Amino acid sequence: MKNFQYFRPSSPEAAVALLDKTWGTAELLGGGTDLLDLQKEYVAQPSKVISVAAIKGFDGISVLEKEPPVVVIGAGTKIATVASDSGIKEHFPALASAAGGLGTPQIRNMATLGGNLCQRNRCWYFRDEHVRCLLKGGDKCYALDGENRYHAIFTKEHTCVIVSPSTIAPALIAYGASAEVLGPKGKRTVKLAEFYRAPRKEGEREHVLEANELVLSVSIPAEKGLRSANYEVAQKRSYDWPMAQAVVAFHLDGKKAKEVRIILGHVAPTPLIADAAMKEVEGKEITEETAAKAGEAATEGAKPLKQNEYKLRLLAVAVKRALLTAAGAKKYWVT
Amino acid sequence: MSDAPGRNDSRAGLSRRQFLKGSGVTAATAALAGTAEAVVQAATADKTKEKTESMGPGPVALTLDVNGAKMETKVEPRVTLLDTLRNHLDVTGCKRVCDRGTCGACTVLLDGKPVYACTTLALEAQGKKVRTAESLVDGDKLDKVPAAFVKADAQQCGFCTPGFVVSMYAAFQANPSAGPGEIEDALSGNICRCGTYEQMRDAIAALCKVKRKEA
Repeated sequence: MKNFQYFRPSSPEAAVALLDKTWGTAELLGGGTDLLDLQKEYVAQPSKVISVAAIKGFDGISVLEKEPPVVVIGAGTKIATVASDSGIKEHFPALASAAGGLGTPQIRNMATLGGNLCQRNRCWYFRDEHVRCLLKGGDKCYALDGENRYHAIFTKEHTCVIVSPSTIAPALIAYGASAEVLGPKGKRTVKLAEFYRAPRKEGEREHVLEANELVLSVSIPAEKGLRSANYEVAQKRSYDWPMAQAVVAFHLDGKKAKEVRIILGHVAPTPLIADAAMKEVEGKEITEETAAKAGEAATEGAKPLKQNEYKLRLLAVAVKRALLTAAGAKKYWVT
Repeated sequence: MSDAPGRNDSRAGLSRRQFLKGSGVTAATAALAGTAEAVVQAATADKTKEKTESMGPGPVALTLDVNGAKMETKVEPRVTLLDTLRNHLDVTGCKRVCDRGTCGACTVLLDGKPVYACTTLALEAQGKKVRTAESLVDGDKLDKVPAAFVKADAQQCGFCTPGFVVSMYAAFQANPSAGPGEIEDALSGNICRCGTYEQMRDAIAALCKVKRKEA
């Protein structure tokens, strides 16, 4: 990897002051599980690396006594901490599931929440040092007519067909979470539902942050009685990113699902809010039949690439099983 | 292995590694040592007016707590904990295989938690306790985890073994009464290319004092 200057600021303000206005020259180092890989492949070549390890109060989970209570997770909190926290397991099972199933035990001990939300995409063309794709100043997306079995199936209007890599983001969106972000002009709040955008060219990232902004924390309202679940379809039980993911959350009014949220991961350049699927089960009892219908509805509008039509089926099943899990139905599948 | 920990700094004569490396490396280390400097640079536009220390890009002095011994060396900021341990400190239990955080052969304990040393900068390990497979022996007595590996013949080439025993040791430290399922989950970040998983399951069953179900 290219050598760099290493900084270890002790406050978020000092970290932000070290960042540059454009992407590429300075990178924030959390657990390093993404950044070091990118550096070893010469995809990231920052001249400054800014460690967040010494920033005071940057990690940990706390609760704000509001109505409803708000759980605040510091951006430097390790994924293993998020996955094993008893409060998160109880109130945000989809978040605990996404965090607990992420990578490997070692990765979870290293990786941070902020790093997970801001990680770069997994497209093998993007991550190949020798390929100049759209995101690296080139003029074409090589995945569009190349090896694209793990790429997006919602491809309309997208010139770059990556999938959003974070499994935690869809869970946070379902819970109505927001991120507190610090920039040179101060703090701002960004809803996780508005945190991601599809990058189109060099100098754009997978999220809406400026190059000199830092995620401080994520706040999640703990809605009373909310039911939720995460379902990921993956080739392996550890190490890998899923091929399709669905996170659902809803309230129950008697047997009827209300305020249904269905968020899809790993099928588009950003996490997707599945409006059609949500409408399909809103106000209805969650049964195998209605859940299956919602699963089919979740694939509406998809335009798969040459090698990834199989993802349509995976996605429909993920939505169905996530809904049934959240509803407390008996699991007929192998877990 | 009776000289662990701190193999590099207290031992008389040549270790196998130093012998293999020869004298060229010693000269290179001396040359690098002279260029090391830590620069204190004011972070501009910093509201708190605090100064953020910058290190590198030249080699920087580094003290690591490895297997209970304080070890000093100088490395560039880009050097990983794994390469620092193996190439600078002669702690070679952790192995370099994928160098991308995807195989587990480099697994070490950082403050008691298993991490990939290949994907951790050496500078980030400062102030933390690093433990490698070398620490799982007391005199000539192996810890129960590597001892179970020996008894169950749970290795073929053995290159992944130091990572596996460190991960498994951490799992038993976290929960001494863990069952085989929990231990296997704790090993899901390690890969054995020879496929000695069945013998590892025998070792796990022996450690958990359970009988293995016939597959």
